[in-house]
Amino acid sequence: MASTVQQEPVTHRKQGFIRRYIFSTDHKIIGIQYFLTGMVMAVIAGFLAMLIRLQLAWPGEKWEFLGALFPAGMEDGIMKPEFYLSLVTMHGTLMVFFVVSFALVSGFGNYLIPLQIGARDMAFPFLNMLSYWVVVPACIIMLVSFLVEGGAAASGWTAYPPLSAVKEAIPGSQWGQTLWLLAMALFIVSFTMGGLNFVTTVLNLRAAGMSMRRLPLMVWTLFIAAVLGLLAFPALTAAAVMLLFDRHFDTSFFLPSGLFFGNKLLPNEGGTPLLWQHLFWFLGHPEVYVLVLPALGAAFDILPCFTRKPIFGYRITIYSLYAIGFLSMIVWGHHMFVSGMNPYVGEFFSIGTMAITVPFAVVGVNLIASLWGGAIRLTSPMLFAVGVIALVGTGGLGGIFLGNPTADIQLHDTYFVVGHFHFMIGGVTLFGIFAGTYYWFPKMFGRLMNEKLGKLHFWLTLLPFYAVFFGQHFQGLGGTPRRYYSFTKFTFLESLQGLNLFISISAFVLGAAQLIFLLNFFWSLIKGAKAGDNPWRATTLEWAVPSPPPHGNWGEKLPVVYRWPYEYSLEGAPEDYTPQTVSPEEGQVTT
Amino acid sequence: MLKATHDVTQSSWGGGISPFAVGWNKLMMWLFIITDGLLFAGFLASYGFARLSSSQWPDQLEVFHLWFIALMTFILISSSATMATAVRGAERGHRATVLRFLLLTIVGGLVFLGMQAYEWTTLIREGARLYSNPWGVPQFTGYFFLTTGFHGSHVFTGVLILSITAVRWKKGLSSAEGVELTGLYWHFVDLVWVFIFTLFYLI
Repeated sequence: MASTVQQEPVTHRKQGFIRRYIFSTDHKIIGIQYFLTGMVMAVIAGFLAMLIRLQLAWPGEKWEFLGALFPAGMEDGIMKPEFYLSLVTMHGTLMVFFVVSFALVSGFGNYLIPLQIGARDMAFPFLNMLSYWVVVPACIIMLVSFLVEGGAAASGWTAYPPLSAVKEAIPGSQWGQTLWLLAMALFIVSFTMGGLNFVTTVLNLRAAGMSMRRLPLMVWTLFIAAVLGLLAFPALTAAAVMLLFDRHFDTSFFLPSGLFFGNKLLPNEGGTPLLWQHLFWFLGHPEVYVLVLPALGAAFDILPCFTRKPIFGYRITIYSLYAIGFLSMIVWGHHMFVSGMNPYVGEFFSIGTMAITVPFAVVGVNLIASLWGGAIRLTSPMLFAVGVIALVGTGGLGGIFLGNPTADIQLHDTYFVVGHFHFMIGGVTLFGIFAGTYYWFPKMFGRLMNEKLGKLHFWLTLLPFYAVFFGQHFQGLGGTPRRYYSFTKFTFLESLQGLNLFISISAFVLGAAQLIFLLNFFWSLIKGAKAGDNPWRATTLEWAVPSPPPHGNWGEKLPVVYRWPYEYSLEGAPEDYTPQTVSPEEGQVTT
Repeated sequence: MLKATHDVTQSSWGGGISPFAVGWNKLMMWLFIITDGLLFAGFLASYGFARLSSSQWPDQLEVFHLWFIALMTFILISSSATMATAVRGAERGHRATVLRFLLLTIVGGLVFLGMQAYEWTTLIREGARLYSNPWGVPQFTGYFFLTTGFHGSHVFTGVLILSITAVRWKKGLSSAEGVELTGLYWHFVDLVWVFIFTLFYLI
C-alpha cells in the first residue's frame, strides 16, 4: 500500500522582508543564500590561494600592504612559515567545505531539486532554513580563527594529528585548530540536515509520473551525493569529537606513546594517528564524489540543451553512479599508501581504486558521446560543461597514477597530488558551478548573463587553469614537495624554478579572470536581458514555471510528468524540444 | 526509454506517492537513525581499532559489576517494551494508555541514567580518568567514558523528547505518528546500548 504525498497548495500570504529573504523557508531563497555565501567564501579562499602563490613565486619578499592586512602572520610584510601553513589549511578547508559544498551541493541542490522533481518545496522547509543558519556561524568561526592567538589552523585541511592534536606543536594548533573543529562540527550538522532533506524530498515528493527513471541527472547526482554525505560524514563527526577530547581532555586517541615536542616528552600513550587518517578519509574520499558528481550532473543537464539531442546512455549512467557511489566508500585507504599499511591491504584499496575508473570512464564516455552528431551551440554554459568533460578526463588520468601504490610512493606529498586533486575537486566542481550558474541564472533571477563576458571568462579560466595545475603535475614528477613554503633552498629543484614562477603568474591570471565572472553576475542581475520562462528551450520541469518561480513553484496544480528529461529533436514533434509535461496526446511518445 | 505512461504512474516509484508507503517524517527519521547509527559505528570501530592494536586489555570482570550493568540493561530494554505499548496505544487511540506508558518509559530512562551516573561515580572514585586508570591501559577508560557518555547523552535527549511528546499528547497536540517517531528514536537508543553492552562489558 502506498500512501499519497500530501502537498497542500501554498497560500500566498504576504510575508515581511525578514521572513521572505533572510529567515526564509523557501527552498529557492535558501539555495540562493547558500550560493551567495559560497561566492563570498570563494573570494576569500581564492585570495588566500593568491597569497600562497605569491609566497611561492617570490619567497621572503617584502609586501608592505599585506603586512598591514595581516600584522601577525606577515610582520613587516614578510610571510612567516606558520602563516603559510595556515593559508594552505584554510584555503583547502574553505574551498572544499564552504565553497564547493555550499554553491554546488547545497546551493543548486536546494534550488533545483524541488523544481526539477515537481515539488512545492523541500520535505522539511524549516529544517532547511536551520541548515543554512547553522553554517553561517560556522563561516564566521572559520574566518575569526585568523584573528586568535597563533592564527588559523595550520595542520592542513586533513588536520592530521599529532600536528592538530598537540597544542604546542605549531602556532595554528592553539585556538585556531579548536575553532576549526567547532566550525567543521557545525558544518557537518548542517550538511546532515540538508542531506536528510535532499534524500527524503527526492524519494517522497516527486510529482505524479516523475519516476526515478525520469529524473534529470542533476537530481540523480545530487541524490547520490546526499546519500554518500549521510553515510560518510558521521565518521568525521566521531573523529572530530575524539580530536577535541585529545586536545582538551588529555586523552590519547590519536597520540602514540613516546611523542616528543620541543624536547618535552608528552604523557600520552597507546593511541595512533593512523586512526584519524582512517576516519578522516572514510569521509574524505566519498566527499570528493559528493562534490564532483553534481558537477557531472550539471554537465549532463546542459549538454542536450545545446546539442539539441538526447544524452547518450541515461540508464547506464545511473548504474555507473551507483557503482561510483558504492566503490567510493571502500577506497579511502588509497590516501594512506605511505602511512604504514600492510601491502595486501594496499592492494585491496588499489584494486578498488582502479575499479572506480571503469564506471567513471563510462560516465565520461557518455558525456562525450552526448556531443556526437549534435547541433552544438557553444554558449557560455555549454563551454563550461565541455570544460567539465576535459577536466574529468585529465584529472582522472592523474588519479590512475596515484591509485597505484608503486607510483604513489614516489608521487605522494608532491605537487603531482596537488595538481591532480585541483583538477577534480577544484576544476570539475568549479567548472560545474560556472556552467550551472550561466545555465540556471535566468531561472534564478529572470535575466540572462552576458554571453561575451561569459566566453571571455571561460577562455581566461580554462587556459590558466591548465597552465597552473597541469604544470603542477610536472613539478610533482620532478619531486617538488607540497606544503613547503619555499623551494629556493633545494638544488634539485633549481631546474623547476622557471616552471614555478610560470605557475604563479598563471594563477594570478586565473584569479583575476574570476573578477570577470563577478562583474558579469552582478551586472546581469541588474542590467541583464529579460530571460522569459524558458530561454534555452529546455525540457526539464524547472523551465515550465515563470522565472523567477513564485513561492510554492506550481500555482494551483502540481505538474504531471509524461516523459524522460532529455526529449530533444523528437520526430514529428512541433518543436525540437518536448518538455516533460507534454502528454502523449499533445506530442509524440517515444517507445 | 519510456514505458507507457499509465505503467509509470501505477508503479509505487512512479512519483506522486511515497515509494515506501511512509510519510516524509518517518522516512526522515529512519534516515537520521542510519546516520546517527553510523556515528556510533565510528566510535565503536575506533574502539575496536584501539583494542586490537593494544597488546593487553583489562579484565572487565575486575572493573565492572556485571550484575549491576545487567540490571541497567534490563531496565532500558524494558523501557523499549513500554514504549512499544505506548505506540500501539496511540495507533488505537487509547489516550490514557499512551500517557501512562510514556511516563513509564521516561521513568525507565531516568533510572538508567541514574544508574549510569552511579557507575561512573564509582569508577571515578576508584581512580578512572579519561587519560589514565588503575587497570593499566589508558585507552580503556578513554573509550569507555567517550562512548557510554555519548550514549548517555542520547538517552538524556530521548527522555527530553519523550517528555515533550507526553506533554503534547496530553494537550492533544501530538499525532499517533509523533508518538511512533519518538518510539523509533527510543528503540534506536536502546539498540545502540545492546552493542555497547556487548562490546565494552561482555567481550
